[in-house]
Amino acid sequence: MLREGKVRIPSGCSISGIIDKTGKRFNGKDIIKSIGLMHERSNGLGGGFAAYGIYPDYKDFYALHIFYDNLNIKKQTDNFLNTYFDIEYNEAIPTKSIPEILEQPIIWRYFVYPKNARLKDTRLSETDFIFKYIMIINRDYDGAYVFSSGKNMGAFKGVGYPEDIGEFYMLENYNAYMWTAHGRFPTNTPGWWGGAHPFTLLNWSIVHNGEISSYDTNRRFVEMYGYVCNLQTDTEVITYLFDLLVRKHHLSIKRTIQAIVAPFWDDIDAMADSKLKNELKYIRAVYSPALINGPFSIIVGFHGGMIALNDRIKLRPLVIAEYNSKVYVSSEESAIKIICNQPDRIWAPEGGEPVIVLLEETKKGASMI
Amino acid sequence: MSLDFDVPSFEILRNKNKCIQCKVCIRQCANMVHFYDKDDNIVCSNNVYCVNCHRCVTLCPTKALIVRKYPLEFRENANWNGAAIREIYKQAKSGGVLLSSMGTTKAFPIYWDKMLLNASQVTNPSIDPLREPMETKVLIGRKPNVIPFDDNDELKTTMPPQIELNIPIMFAGMSYGSISKNAHESLARAATELGTCYNTGEGGLHKDFYKYGNNTIVQVASGRFGVHKDYLNAGVGIEIKIGQGAKPGIGGHLPGKKVGEDVSLTRMIPIGSDAISPAPHHDIYSIEDLRQLIFSLKETTEYRKPIFVKIAAVHNAAAIASGIARAGADAIVIDGFRGGTGAAPTRIRDNVGIPIELALASIDQRLHEEGIRNCVSLIISGSIRNSSDIVKAIALGADAVYIGSAALIALGCHMCHSCSTGKCNWGIATQDPSLVKRLNPDIMYKRLINLITAWNHEIQEMLGGMGINAIDSLKGNRLMLRGIGLNEKELHILGIKHAGE
Repeated sequence: MLREGKVRIPSGCSISGIIDKTGKRFNGKDIIKSIGLMHERSNGLGGGFAAYGIYPDYKDFYALHIFYDNLNIKKQTDNFLNTYFDIEYNEAIPTKSIPEILEQPIIWRYFVYPKNARLKDTRLSETDFIFKYIMIINRDYDGAYVFSSGKNMGAFKGVGYPEDIGEFYMLENYNAYMWTAHGRFPTNTPGWWGGAHPFTLLNWSIVHNGEISSYDTNRRFVEMYGYVCNLQTDTEVITYLFDLLVRKHHLSIKRTIQAIVAPFWDDIDAMADSKLKNELKYIRAVYSPALINGPFSIIVGFHGGMIALNDRIKLRPLVIAEYNSKVYVSSEESAIKIICNQPDRIWAPEGGEPVIVLLEETKKGASMI
Repeated sequence: MSLDFDVPSFEILRNKNKCIQCKVCIRQCANMVHFYDKDDNIVCSNNVYCVNCHRCVTLCPTKALIVRKYPLEFRENANWNGAAIREIYKQAKSGGVLLSSMGTTKAFPIYWDKMLLNASQVTNPSIDPLREPMETKVLIGRKPNVIPFDDNDELKTTMPPQIELNIPIMFAGMSYGSISKNAHESLARAATELGTCYNTGEGGLHKDFYKYGNNTIVQVASGRFGVHKDYLNAGVGIEIKIGQGAKPGIGGHLPGKKVGEDVSLTRMIPIGSDAISPAPHHDIYSIEDLRQLIFSLKETTEYRKPIFVKIAAVHNAAAIASGIARAGADAIVIDGFRGGTGAAPTRIRDNVGIPIELALASIDQRLHEEGIRNCVSLIISGSIRNSSDIVKAIALGADAVYIGSAALIALGCHMCHSCSTGKCNWGIATQDPSLVKRLNPDIMYKRLINLITAWNHEIQEMLGGMGINAIDSLKGNRLMLRGIGLNEKELHILGIKHAGE
């Protein structure tokens, strides 16, 4: 049976996310509880979390989380990493042995920074440098897979139910101002750890429920810009779309969303505001291959906030709640209520209507939104 | 006249019990097949002239007529078949190049029929176009790679000119001259009502049709017939025609007998003179020359109209298309070798060029690899027969398609392959006023609308089935296709998997 990445595997899912807008950090217990409640929405073949603000001591370094199939490939990858990066610190990611989680790979983390001379040689920006060399590892180092590469954030994922994965990684020991989580229901997979969600790239993380029907259009579009879709998953290509539009094309989050869940032509035509109409038309024309079609609900995490988003006709569930400074996002209301009994407000956003939650400090100086 | 070795192609069977000697068939046949025998009070037919256009069969009030293949059999020979033998008779008689009309009749592979579409089951829902929005609008024109916004999130540039099509189907270039004024009017009016475009072809634009300019693509071909400043500014886009799928590498020839007063005025050539388009544009001997023509047309139209460049699908089409994109064209039109024509040398029609499916797949892939696919629009033509051909074309990477033959068939063409005679009994490929008036634009433009509306419904159904609600997300979405009965090489070129994979 082919491993994920060699073959495209559709899957259904559950997602959850919590952010504290004040930036106050909290441990992973709540998010595990929330995603765990939706046990029935996954099938034990994938679960994972993304956490922001967890590495304050190494916040200026890129935290690479890597799965290795064996020590041999780790050794080769270590050589590669040592060639291009200064490694400030590295260690095995602490895990707890539990009966539910079997056959784990070697799971390692490195806090790295591009070697100055190498960075200058390539004339790449720092993020492009990281991007390039991660792509090389994931493409050319068979048996090594970088599944997290942002600063002061990290993904924790594997094959199993999400609540078990959370326990396995001992997420109660991490404090983050934002958590997202994913439980997976793939329709067929030999169970590869790299295939679990969230999918991350640099500071982006995405958890996703759905199966996008625009996949190949989106894939061929991002591949024009140097991305390599190793995993053939929706989440991977959605992450690259965000990275391309926001980081490389310098579009604001608002503009990016106007591209990937573009309003219907009828709605654009009916708009009274001719300036907006013109902008939307322009965006739809140029970014037509970036339109994401088919059912999805996603939570996109980045430093400073999150975006919760549905497809244009809401073919997947998505519920939002607010309580004090916290915002909760989930596939199901019950998964919010179990950790936040009496929210101030709870609602289901419309299809294509983004919910953007920012840290208060981000909001102040944010031109990117 | 020396002995003509040729034999009739068709035989007309007249049911004497049904024939009422009304003589409709006689009046309707421009080929003078039928005649009345006064003495015996019967209508007879001369098979030799019959082209099997079905005009008499369709109009016979008692349905007394049957046209069928002339049952003459040559001695069986897989090599020297009847067609090969008869072509030699013709050339031995005439000393001329064999001429054919419409697309090739040879049984080359039709890849549309060897690709199957996907549909949603369980893991994602299909979408019902009757209940949900289903978008088929496309914008044809050059797109920048990036839209720059300033610090206040305001647009820093304006959008390059785009042609908005409500449906990804346009009517292909067919010149006034090769087809009739009434046919043109039907196409123009249908395009206007449908929110798409028709293409003038290379024969200029009749003064009566400038009013349909918002739905017109004007063509500039090597003969430059009817090209002047007002013409170039009359439509929403300009198409430079380099080649045509049915006859790559050669020009065109409109016989003088088709050049009456109106055609003469529109083409700006003397009445009765042959209109000969040279094989190449004599100002384009290389890609850099093409760039100059593209930009002189842009200058003339003040950069307000997209410029298309149309080429025939030939072996090196991918590299040529890349060059065209880089030369500044806003849209590339690829015409496949099964495409139609008013007249082409038979040997060229049947032997030069490549199937549109393969050309499209390799061009789209090449433009992706070069990172420039999104800059230009890709329009294909060359025997699009139905809506599923279109869906497959878009999934392979086309933005839109042109239809020529299919549109003419909607107008009544019965594919008799005799356009070059100028005696089209359906009033399409003729300039004979008595024949032209048979095509009533008030009725016929509605048939075109019906056809395209029906196809659009079908496209929407197929999109919905795939879980897609905007045609944007079908474009280049090759995962939606699977090959059936194709070899590895073909699958590789098409960039698709085999059914079952």
